[in-house]
Amino acid sequence: MKVALFVPCYVDAFFPEVGIATLELLERLGVEVAYPLEQTCCGQPMGNSGCEKEAAATEALFVKNFAGFEYVVTPSGSCTHHVRENLTAVRQTKQTKEVRKATYELVEFVHDVLKVREFPWAEFPHTVGLHNGCASLRALHTAKMSEINEPFFSKPIDLLSKVKGIRFVTPRRPDECCGFGGTFSVFEEPVSAKMGYDKVMDHQKAGAEYIVSADMSCLMHQRGCAERMGLPIKFIHIAQILNGARA
Amino acid sequence: MSSRDDILGQIRKNQPPPRALPPIPAFDAPTGSMLEGFKAALVRMGGKLAAAPADGDLDKLIRELFPDARIVCSATTEVLGNLPLDRVRSPGEVGAVDVGVVRAVYGVAETGSVWLTEKEFKINSLGFLSQHLVVLLDPERIVGNLHHAYRERAQFDARYGVFMTGPSATADIEGVLIHGAQGIRTLTVILHATGSPK
Amino acid sequence: MKRIDHAEASSKFIKAKDHLDFHDQRLWDLRQKRDRESEHIPEWEELRALASAIKEHTLTHLADYLEEFERKATANGAHVHWAKDAAEHNQFVFDIMCAHGAKTLVKAKSMLTDECEMRPFLENRGIDVMETDLGERIQQLDNEPPSHIVVPAVHKLRTDVARVFAQTIGTDPKNSDVHYLAESQRQHTRPYFLKADAGMTGANFAVAETGTVVVCTNEGNADLSVNLPSLYIASIGVEKIIPKIEHLGVFVRMLSRSALGSPITQLTSHFRAPRDGTEMHIILVDNGRSERLGMPDFWYSLKCIRCGACMNTCPVYRRSGGLSYGATYSGPIGVIIDPTFNLRKYSSLPFASTLNGSCTSVCPVKINIHEQIYKWRQVIAERAQLPFVKQEAMQVAGKVLANPKLYRAAVETAGAGIEHLPRFMMYNRLNAWGRQREVPAAPALTFRQWYLKNRSKQ
Repeated sequence: MKVALFVPCYVDAFFPEVGIATLELLERLGVEVAYPLEQTCCGQPMGNSGCEKEAAATEALFVKNFAGFEYVVTPSGSCTHHVRENLTAVRQTKQTKEVRKATYELVEFVHDVLKVREFPWAEFPHTVGLHNGCASLRALHTAKMSEINEPFFSKPIDLLSKVKGIRFVTPRRPDECCGFGGTFSVFEEPVSAKMGYDKVMDHQKAGAEYIVSADMSCLMHQRGCAERMGLPIKFIHIAQILNGARA
Repeated sequence: MSSRDDILGQIRKNQPPPRALPPIPAFDAPTGSMLEGFKAALVRMGGKLAAAPADGDLDKLIRELFPDARIVCSATTEVLGNLPLDRVRSPGEVGAVDVGVVRAVYGVAETGSVWLTEKEFKINSLGFLSQHLVVLLDPERIVGNLHHAYRERAQFDARYGVFMTGPSATADIEGVLIHGAQGIRTLTVILHATGSPK
Repeated sequence: MKRIDHAEASSKFIKAKDHLDFHDQRLWDLRQKRDRESEHIPEWEELRALASAIKEHTLTHLADYLEEFERKATANGAHVHWAKDAAEHNQFVFDIMCAHGAKTLVKAKSMLTDECEMRPFLENRGIDVMETDLGERIQQLDNEPPSHIVVPAVHKLRTDVARVFAQTIGTDPKNSDVHYLAESQRQHTRPYFLKADAGMTGANFAVAETGTVVVCTNEGNADLSVNLPSLYIASIGVEKIIPKIEHLGVFVRMLSRSALGSPITQLTSHFRAPRDGTEMHIILVDNGRSERLGMPDFWYSLKCIRCGACMNTCPVYRRSGGLSYGATYSGPIGVIIDPTFNLRKYSSLPFASTLNGSCTSVCPVKINIHEQIYKWRQVIAERAQLPFVKQEAMQVAGKVLANPKLYRAAVETAGAGIEHLPRFMMYNRLNAWGRQREVPAAPALTFRQWYLKNRSKQ
């Protein structure tokens, strides 16, 4: 099976280890991974700011890079959501529609397409708090959300639960938004920072050593808050744990 | 063109393509005793229950429940009280009533509500100016949930009807629960069959 | 008209720590109570779907249902008036009261009357208006608008209420016991009920089948406002119509559970016809609703039953307070309807959101709130109502991210730049990210650089 890897712009720039872990994990699972070299971004920053017009060229570049692949996999719930639901500034050709449909977030892909549940090489003997980013949770519906009366399910927990040594703790507000929200983090900085502080304190008080998420954008914001607060809590992407990171 | 024509014209012009009206399922009430469900819900909403008196003397029971009450005003045949309603001409005249007494048409197990209309109040303000309200309720007349209640279609021909659920309440200041906001301070249900001997 | 600056207002709200903590926790508590209620009803999601479908059907047949409501209400002995905007609504209320010789009005909570700014209109013409809902009364006495559509004074602590009441209704300024304050308002308001010439309510629902006005309260103030005076005026937004009495089963089951986490409000009142010897007037109000009905992306907002669940769940609302939105309707529902009242004034509101979608998931009538927020952002940008700084930044971003070479140049040098900047340059007033957060450290290699070095055969 061959997939194309899309590495979100902020992961490429600031958290390459997440892209590396994603690539290595997919390869461990027997997938051939292509990395189109001219990729940049999915267009979400412009789209979420209302500037769909400004997103058009970036979105066209995305389609060009990922055309022809059966699957496009990315370690980002929010980018996946943008591509599947809001990649609308670019012309909706047959190719555009195919690329949009082919795009998967990593947890979705491993859980639903590869149907893997065990990662024998993984060991993470730490106490973790799971953070489901709002795009992953509510838009991609990778787990039961607290608002909806539905039976419990969680794709990330399905993947993490068999990792050797891992222990989970639950914060008091497990699926309250952490306050990143893209450009919200800058243009509504007071509320964004307060939400981030509340989120990391919640996990800290629950006893988490690490906060793990499928969305590095959320973690980037939370880590920024935790570091400024002087909290010892650490942050890791789910790809890194599943790929065998020990810390 | 009147505003009415303007508004309706604008609405007709802008109405999106029609969507169908869904049928409302029966949503039968959960299993278990409707009476027990009603009692639990009533208490949860801040209402009280008093056992029907063995000797059938409701006036005496009310005097015992409200020893400081001076004026008791009843809209029922089962309780006499001391302020006859036929003397009351205007709604404000029940302003000094300590205990009002009414008989509910039926209760709702889902919520602990009782249904009353102008027929049961005789004077509507009795249900709101009284400091306390005593509600007689036939234990055989309890419906399961609000869907059942809203199917009692004839009841909604009344000019005024109300589901009362416990006493009036508010939590507007710091979320602290207060019973006795603008209306009654307490609501006490006495299970008493219609047509029971006095 | 001055643009509302939500971020600025929120900054002030956040600085008042005790108020902020209480506000956030109180509303989160209501959200949790709502969850517990919904979990006990196996058919909860089905009820949401039904409520949504009933509203969508009604709105797509609104003119017919309004005419049916008018026919039935008129046959009941009520007078029906049609107000196309706030000014007409206020004039109707005044004219009806004058015709009746009425000088004093007791009213239950009605967001519509706040939207129309009715109170100052009447007061300027010599009518005495008493808000009887405790939360609205506190706000009236404090000369402040309500901050939440269900719990209007939720942003105040008991000490604030004690101060307001001491200054206005003569309570003991040192006594902030909540029972004392509530009892004081009860005693102070009661004589007004007894002597008022007219009473007023809004409507949670208006039933076309019977011409019934349905009002849900906990305090009993609507029942007092209507059952004492000889004149009753009901103000109803045209979108409040529902087809039949049996539909109330669906809506009444969901309203208080969504709003407060209680199965039903203490009073659920059905006003169909006036008492003998009294008058009932109904004012059906448009004020932009018919126009909104014609907006393909935004007409779903008319399904709203004003439960406030979206406000309770919204993490931004809980941390900024309703007053920071500068509008009658705040929180998520406010964000999607206020731009229809004034696009420029409320252009920052759709950005006071992380698009997390919790609001959409708690809405009992399944309004796709967060999706409409996203669409409003497009409208605002298209109509050039974005702040210049943001417009510029997005134009630059759009060019850089569309060009692989420009993108790589920016990313590969940014890293190097950040490494060497002294802290005072990175963390200052101009860097919003850095005010309360650390900036991420730049890695030695970007992913692409790592890939080319370790994987690519090129």
